[in-house]
Amino acid sequence: MIASHLPVLVILIPLLGAVLAALSRHGFAAWLIALLASAAMAAASLALLFRVQAEGMISYRIGGWAPELGIEYRIDAFNVLIVVLVSVVALLTMIYARRSVLAEIIPERIAWFYTMMLLCVAGLLGIAVTGDAFNAFVFLEISSLATYTLIALGRDRRALVAAYQYLIVGTIGATLYVIGVGLIYLSTGTLNLGLIAERLAGIEGSRALIVAEAFIAVGICLKLALFPLHAWLPNAYAYAPSSAAVLLASTATKVAIYLLARFLFTVFGGHVDVGALPIGAILIVLSVAAMFIASAAAVFQNDVKRILAFSSVGQVGYITLGLALANPTGLAGGLLHLVNHALMKGAAFMAIGAIVLRAGTAKLDELSGIGRTMPWTSAALTVAGLGLIGVPGTSGFVSKYYLILGALEAGFGWLAILIVASSVIAVLYVGRIVEVVWFREPAEAARASREAPLELLLPMWVLAGATIWFGIDAEWPAGLAAAAARQLLGGAP
Amino acid sequence: MRFDIVLRVATKFMLAPLLLFALYVQLHGDYGPGGGFQAGVIAAAAIILYGLMVGLGPVQKIVPSALLEVLIPGGVLIYAGVGVVGMLQGGNFLDYNRLAQDAVHGQEWGVFLVEIGVFMTVSSTMIAIFYAFAGRRRS
Repeated sequence: MIASHLPVLVILIPLLGAVLAALSRHGFAAWLIALLASAAMAAASLALLFRVQAEGMISYRIGGWAPELGIEYRIDAFNVLIVVLVSVVALLTMIYARRSVLAEIIPERIAWFYTMMLLCVAGLLGIAVTGDAFNAFVFLEISSLATYTLIALGRDRRALVAAYQYLIVGTIGATLYVIGVGLIYLSTGTLNLGLIAERLAGIEGSRALIVAEAFIAVGICLKLALFPLHAWLPNAYAYAPSSAAVLLASTATKVAIYLLARFLFTVFGGHVDVGALPIGAILIVLSVAAMFIASAAAVFQNDVKRILAFSSVGQVGYITLGLALANPTGLAGGLLHLVNHALMKGAAFMAIGAIVLRAGTAKLDELSGIGRTMPWTSAALTVAGLGLIGVPGTSGFVSKYYLILGALEAGFGWLAILIVASSVIAVLYVGRIVEVVWFREPAEAARASREAPLELLLPMWVLAGATIWFGIDAEWPAGLAAAAARQLLGGAP
Repeated sequence: MRFDIVLRVATKFMLAPLLLFALYVQLHGDYGPGGGFQAGVIAAAAIILYGLMVGLGPVQKIVPSALLEVLIPGGVLIYAGVGVVGMLQGGNFLDYNRLAQDAVHGQEWGVFLVEIGVFMTVSSTMIAIFYAFAGRRRS
């Protein structure tokens, strides 16, 4: 019986966990609930993955209503990849969170913190599994509202400003998205993504649809922090509590990218008239701008969290570039980079969170020689950094390799050169971190700190280990990404 | 504000009808305009009005913050719980058809219960927001 409810269970478990964590009103109990809920959720999403691989697309009707009337959850090779990614990263984050939350959040807010973490995960998974455009908006709001709260819980007072800035921008993004959805509903009379795709084919060159596509694309691009709509992201990641930053950096923008891809390919992909909008060309330009300008901005930051945040904006560029190429290899490369970047950025933010826990600072000039006293943490940070550059032997190399192949396949030789050239900028900002951490004499902060506790190192090294593992043996993730790309390019689901 | 005679008298007249009207909107939501959201806001407005009249201390004796912190997640729990009961009865999540002897009654019960959850969460959230703003001290 449970197997048939898996699509809704992956949302229901974190949602109920959030409610119980809030009711418990006790820090440790809330953490335990969050951990158990995340473990159950990760197990459910892996079971879902195996079911999708065995049976193909799964449809689940909420309340038993037909897709025309009600909400349908639809799991295919593409979104099951996102579901597994989000839930596994969420589980690792919960293991990591306990110690870092104790140090960063005032005790009576800890239960609320875990409530918000679980609500955020429930919202993100909801966006991924739902096959309904408006339901996706509701989940987008659930995850966003939880995210604003999470950021505002940060220790630094600037966290409040960062959260407020993100609230304004995020709300504008969600509003643009829902305007677009409204226009689609006007033209097609349905909110179900599959049905929209079917009915769009029968509509002749409606201007409302072009406007809808533009609204939806811009709205989601605000959420995924595509350059130049990224201004909210660096502060949000830098001032959020460490464990919240891990979750957000590795999952939040990824789910927004999923939603963008879903609309561009599954919904609008089958319709030629709307294709007149040169979204692909715009995406390529903005992606390349992100790869260069945001990465260059990362070089000039002093706070390691801000370096990583600007690097995230740059790395999002590679993923959207994969979407824009829209050929099987390039798209698979983009999706593979989505997964790989989530893993390595998760490891990097876990490492800097552990450094903040022990040394009390994330400022690069105060972290000289921290590698001597925190070797494992610094090594994880270095591995993640090498992944961001795309050094062979790390997963970043594999996904960039696919992207370059995709660019060549599309006939854009210059794009392949730009991908390589932009990686050089990553060498600069990762190099700065590596130089300060390993090759300088230990400063005061480094001498005063010791290695992070095992419960922080363990999830950190699972992610860092995955970065290396998927760099050497990329068959499993690359297979999943290729299946997802085939699903997307195959037109309507 | 405590000694403003107009506010005091007007509030005393309005409090009971406001709460009654909230119940009407809540229970009549099946047949006419209304439902948990609207009723929750109306009920919260009554409490907030009382709070404006008597101040934060006395109103928190009637509706303590601790109660709100149970009611806010409690409403979500009721909503999701009704959905889970639908699953346990052999339907999909939020399938109300099997909650009672036939589908029509089941839907009626399902919506009724779910709206109670909505009422709880909406009204207590509104009051909690009021407390948060009213409780702020100038630093």
